[in-house]
Parts: sequence; structure tokens; C-alpha cells
Amino acid sequence: MSESALIPPASAYFLEDRHDPEERHTLSILVDNEPGVLARVIGLFSGRGYNIDSLTVSETEHDRHLSRITIVTTATRPVLTQIKNHLGRLVPVHRVNDLTELSLQRNDETSLERELALVKVTGTGDIRAEALRLADAFEAKVVDATSDHFIFQLTGRTAKVERFISVMKPVGLVEVCRTGVAALARGPEAM
Amino acid sequence: MAEQMTGAEIVLRALADQGVEHLFGYPGGAVLPIYDALFQQDKVRHVLVRHEQGAGHAAEGYARSTGKPGVVLVTSGPGATNMVTPLTDALMDSVPLVCISGQVPTHLIGTDAFQEADTVGITRACTKHNFLVTDVNDLARILHEAFYVATTGRPGPVLVDVPKDVQFAIGTYVGPNQVEARRHLGYQPPRQGDPEAIRYAARMMAEAERPVFYTGGGVINAGPDASRLLRELVAATGFPVTSTLTGLGAYPASGDNWLGMLGMHGTYEANMVMHDADLIICVGARFDDRITGRTDAFSPGSRKIHIDVDPSSINKNIRVDLPIVGDAGQIMSEIQRVWREEGLRPRQELADWWTQIAKWRARKSLSYKKSDDVIMPQYAVQRLYELTRGRDSYVTTEVGQHQMWTAQYYGFDEPNRWMTSGGLGTMGYGLPSAVGVQVAHPGSLVVCVAGDASVLMNMQELSTAVQHNLPIKVFILNNQYMGMVRQWQQLLHGNRLSHSYTESLPDFVKLAEAYGAVGIRAETPGELDSAINEMIAVDRPVLFDCRVASLENCFPMIPSGKAHNEMLLADEANDEAVANAIGAAGRALV
Repeated sequence: MSESALIPPASAYFLEDRHDPEERHTLSILVDNEPGVLARVIGLFSGRGYNIDSLTVSETEHDRHLSRITIVTTATRPVLTQIKNHLGRLVPVHRVNDLTELSLQRNDETSLERELALVKVTGTGDIRAEALRLADAFEAKVVDATSDHFIFQLTGRTAKVERFISVMKPVGLVEVCRTGVAALARGPEAM
Repeated sequence: MAEQMTGAEIVLRALADQGVEHLFGYPGGAVLPIYDALFQQDKVRHVLVRHEQGAGHAAEGYARSTGKPGVVLVTSGPGATNMVTPLTDALMDSVPLVCISGQVPTHLIGTDAFQEADTVGITRACTKHNFLVTDVNDLARILHEAFYVATTGRPGPVLVDVPKDVQFAIGTYVGPNQVEARRHLGYQPPRQGDPEAIRYAARMMAEAERPVFYTGGGVINAGPDASRLLRELVAATGFPVTSTLTGLGAYPASGDNWLGMLGMHGTYEANMVMHDADLIICVGARFDDRITGRTDAFSPGSRKIHIDVDPSSINKNIRVDLPIVGDAGQIMSEIQRVWREEGLRPRQELADWWTQIAKWRARKSLSYKKSDDVIMPQYAVQRLYELTRGRDSYVTTEVGQHQMWTAQYYGFDEPNRWMTSGGLGTMGYGLPSAVGVQVAHPGSLVVCVAGDASVLMNMQELSTAVQHNLPIKVFILNNQYMGMVRQWQQLLHGNRLSHSYTESLPDFVKLAEAYGAVGIRAETPGELDSAINEMIAVDRPVLFDCRVASLENCFPMIPSGKAHNEMLLADEANDEAVANAIGAAGRALV
């Protein structure tokens, strides 16, 4: 029996792509830090109809003029592959790492992802005390306060941030600002 | 030794050092310094067009017929926005272009200055890459990088936007070889295919009973060697070969193993072979929707090998079993080496496959009703082919029925001889493209097969042809309709011919004369041959008004939403079949 017989016969088709289950993946993209590079990346997503659930970007290696863009996207597996291939095709893109895929391959429970949120609540009396107690339970820090407001700073996974925001709603939530997801692959190796 | 010069001089010097001989362009306020530098040198010849879109398509024709990048120079604002269509066209069909656009001075950018447009913003989605140059000392490096990006990997258009103050400023010139540290270290186009995958591919080919080569424009883009290697591989294996619209000529139409073009208007045999194959070897094609028809019914029983230089083409529309990313020529040469070294042979069942193919061929899917009274468009293309055969000729087309008829009835035996707008389907491509081809090949016969509607979209470029003594031959299949639009209205919209009849068409013979070109008209089959011969003999640009049957449709056709084995053939296409050809789901498709 020849080696190539190992390849499964006859391609299986995506009869309807949209029936494939969607997955949420975190992509880490190393790019040249130059004008327009973010527009290229997000233009690719909007132009081809891909989702962006969260986006974070900042220069990370000043000497080499490199920035790191972290995008959380939801798509089917074939589309995720397309996204990575299309990103890789952009001239200023150095590398694309699928952190979710990486942690699955390594059998890590989850990839290392953090968000920072600033959460403003107003209120007086019992409600104010309750807000502070809940913030304590979430290990949120008070970073600004007057007699009738607090701003809490919270760091954690997206799910924790969302939970915190939802519990703050009944105790005087006014506004929220979130950084979006920052993420790194676990282990000693760099991207 | 670093040389100091103005930005405008840097542009011209960089073009010369890149081996650019011809430049297609149109002057304007924001590129005047470059035009001034152009005036004071004689290495780069400028071809003045009549509209920037014409410059873009001319550069595309130039690039596709030579394998070298086409170069365009346009001004800011409207000059740049007029380039959007050719840039998109070049991106879709992987044509290497470098477009230099003028921009308002850097201190005016963002102020809605006169003729300001956000050119890099507008063209970001329709170029492989683009640059805004803000420092004259970056200009030479960026221009060299632009040529590198445009011509390597999957080729494509690159735009360099140069503000007017940068053109005036004095800076340092660096040559192509001095640009060692390219800015974009991340850009590394793949070249070598995975040797393991190549070995697998050869073995899969030796196991196949019903194989087919499905080749595309990528083979032509990979250079003349790739076409030669394809021919050798076909000869070594004895497999049948079909091609997409843009890949015509890579394997000769006169070759024994040629099935004709595949896809929506492909031949019966090509599409049936694709449908019933057990192995498809796709080289430099991208499983476009015009090729696959209904994807869930596309070649259901085959394993698929996909050779492509662009990883994002793999598994985009059709899932393949064995992808090989890299240069088509290199990979085909390696497959041949493995085939030889391992002593591989095609299976005996290949003979049965050819027997089946002979039956499909006997269906004669390109036959049409002949007429003695009126020129059938298919007949016109056949006669054009016969009368230009054996000549050093190049053919371009506009977009529509005439384009498909040319693909079906004109036999291309060599690569780089066929220029057409495939992916974008740009009406108005053919005439300026012919201008570009003729600039590159002054002694050759260059014919643009056109429709009466699309030829008017860039008719002004006839003036360019006259000015530069480019004796292009524009062969118009004049049926007074936007034929392909009308055909679809018959198929999809109850034969309600909404705005697809062109009233008040110009008299093309008089129009030619008004431009200083030659006008020729043929109205009956009897006078066609002598009129075509007259057209070939004239050493000036010609508009040939070929009056053809007005209601002829283009067959075979895979109606939208149908599979390869559900083709509509000319002899079955009665009114009822045409009206019911496309189901409810297919109507929503293009």
C-alpha cells in the first residue's frame, strides 16, 4: 500500500459553512509600527466580513518598531484559517499567533488573557457600601472617589470583568471603560 | 557614494534602475515636478493617455504581455481615484503594477486642499500594499521596495503616494542593490514547495484513474518556464488539462490533451471531466465561483491537490486534500523529478478515461447555428483566429459575451498572449490594455476583441493609440446590446430587457475617422474575411465594426447555483429551458 493512500479519499464539503460551530479565538499579531498598519488589519476584517470582539494595540518593541495587535474574533474553523492566512499576507505583518489554538495544543486549560476595566459607580448610603463590598470581593481597586462616587479598577479575564460590571449595575453603575484583551502565550518561548 | 538629488529626480532614477522603459501617465498639479524631471531624461518613455483609468489598464496589458511590472504615474485627487478600478482589477488578477501618485504637500494633507484625496486610505483595500512618502530620504528605498512587493510572491499592484514637497526636496538616492535592510522584514513570499507534499502529489498522480490538470493565471504569472514545465508534466503523465479564463495559453489550445476552458462558459468536456474526476491537480488557480458552480456539488468524487503561491487561496472556496504552497514552476519541476526518479507511470485506467472524454468531446458543445445572411459572433471570432493564426499576435478583450466567445473560439498556444479582465470583470479594460500591449510589442499584431457597449467605456484611449502610432485593432462584435446583461435578463428576469439595449450607438467607422484612425465595417459573412484581412494589413489603429446577430447567446453555460453536470448547451437552449434554467436560490447569485 502506498503512502499517499493515507490521505482520506474524496474531500468532504462544507455544505453550508454557516452551520459549522463558531469558536472564539485570540490572535496575537506582530506588525511593523508604521502609519496605517492598524487600518490595514481592521480593514481586512471589515472588508471580508470577519468579526472583531476585542482589539488591543500598542508598540511593544520600540527599537525594532514593532507593535502587537491582539484581536479576539469569533468564526468557524475554516474562516479562522482564512483570517490567519489573510493577515499573514499583509506586508507589515511579521507573525500571526493563534493563542487559543496554541493553548489547546499544549493542553493548557486556558490561554493567558487579561483585561483592565475602569468602572464608575455613584450612590450614597447603603448602596455605596454595597458597591464597595462587592468591589472588595472582586479584588477591584478604588482609584478615584468622592462622597458620592467611586471609580474601580479591575483586572482579569473577560468573563470576570463582565460579571463585575453586571453586579455593579444595581449599585449605581454610570460608565465603564475597558482596554480589551491583552494576551501572551504561556511558557518561556517568545512569539 | 550617496548621491543627492530632488525627490522628482529620485523617482526617475529609481524607475531607470528598476529597468522601466515605459511609463503610462497623465500630468497634473501634484506631479509637475516629476513630469519636469521626466522631460529632462531619455531613459524612461512616457505614454500620455486620455484618462487615468486608461493608464492603469494599459500598464496591466503591458505587464501581462511582458511579465514585467507595469508602471503608472498619476496626479493627486481625481488622478488617483481614477486609478481605483485598474488597481482593483490588477489585485484580482494578480498583475504586477507600480502606481506613483502625486499628493498635495505634506503640510496641506488633511486640510481638504485642492485635489486632495486620502489616496492611501482609498487604495488600501485595492492594492497589495501602498506607501505614503513623508521624507525624501525614504523615497528611493520605498520605490525599490514597491517593485519588490509588486513582482514577488503573488504579484499585485503597489501604490506610492508622493507629496509635492517631497518631490521638490533634496535627498539621498540609494540604488536597488543598496537597499539591503528592507523595512518590511516580515514580507517573505514563499517559493519552495514542501518536498514531502510534492512526493505525495506525484504518487497521488500515479494512483489516479480519472485525473485532470486544472490550471490558472498563476502558471502564467510564474513565468514562461512554468508554462514549459506544465507542458512537460502533461506530456509525461498523459493527463487531460483544462484552464481558467486567465490561464489560457499556458498549455496550447492545439495540444492533444487540451479540453478547452472550464467553468460557467467552459466546454462540456472540461466541466464533465472536472465533475467526474478522481484527482484534480490545481495549479495557480483559485476555485473561483465562475469555475466551481455549486460548491457542494463541485467534483464530488475527487481528491484535490492545490498548488498556489498564496496560502490564503488554499481551502478558501473548496477544501483540498493536499495543499502545496510555493512557486508553481518550482513545484511542477520537482513533481516531474519525483515522477522520473521513482519511475512512476500513469495507471492503465487512464485509457478508459480518455475514451469517456472522447464521448464528451463528441457532444461538440461549441457548435452553433451557422448563417449565410448574418455574421454569427462565434463565426467572427473563428475567422479572426484563422486569419491571424501563425502571426505574432496578442489579443485583449473587454468584458461580456464577446470575451467568452474569444476565450472559447480563439486558440491560444503561448502564454502572455491573452489579456482579459477575469476576476473584476472590468468593462473598458480591453482597448487601453491593447494600447499597453502594443507599446511593449511595437511590431506585433495586437487585437482587442470588444463589445459595442464596453468599448465605449474607454473609447478615448483610441486617441492615445493615434498619438503614439500604436496600430491596435479594435474588433467590435456589435450586436447593439449589452449582450451578457441581456442574456441574464432572459435567464433570470422573464426576458424583460431593462436598459440593456444601447440606443444611439455612434457610427464606429465615422468615430474612428474622427479620431484619425481607420474605420472598417463588415455586415455579411461574405465580406468578413476580406475586411479582417484589410484590418490586419493597415498599419494604423483600426475600429472594426463587425455587425453580428443581435440576439445570440453565449453557451455552454452553467446557470448560477447549478453543478458542472447541469450545463445548458446551445442546442438544448430553447426559450423554455432558458427561462427555467435558474432556480429560486440561483437568482440571488451573480
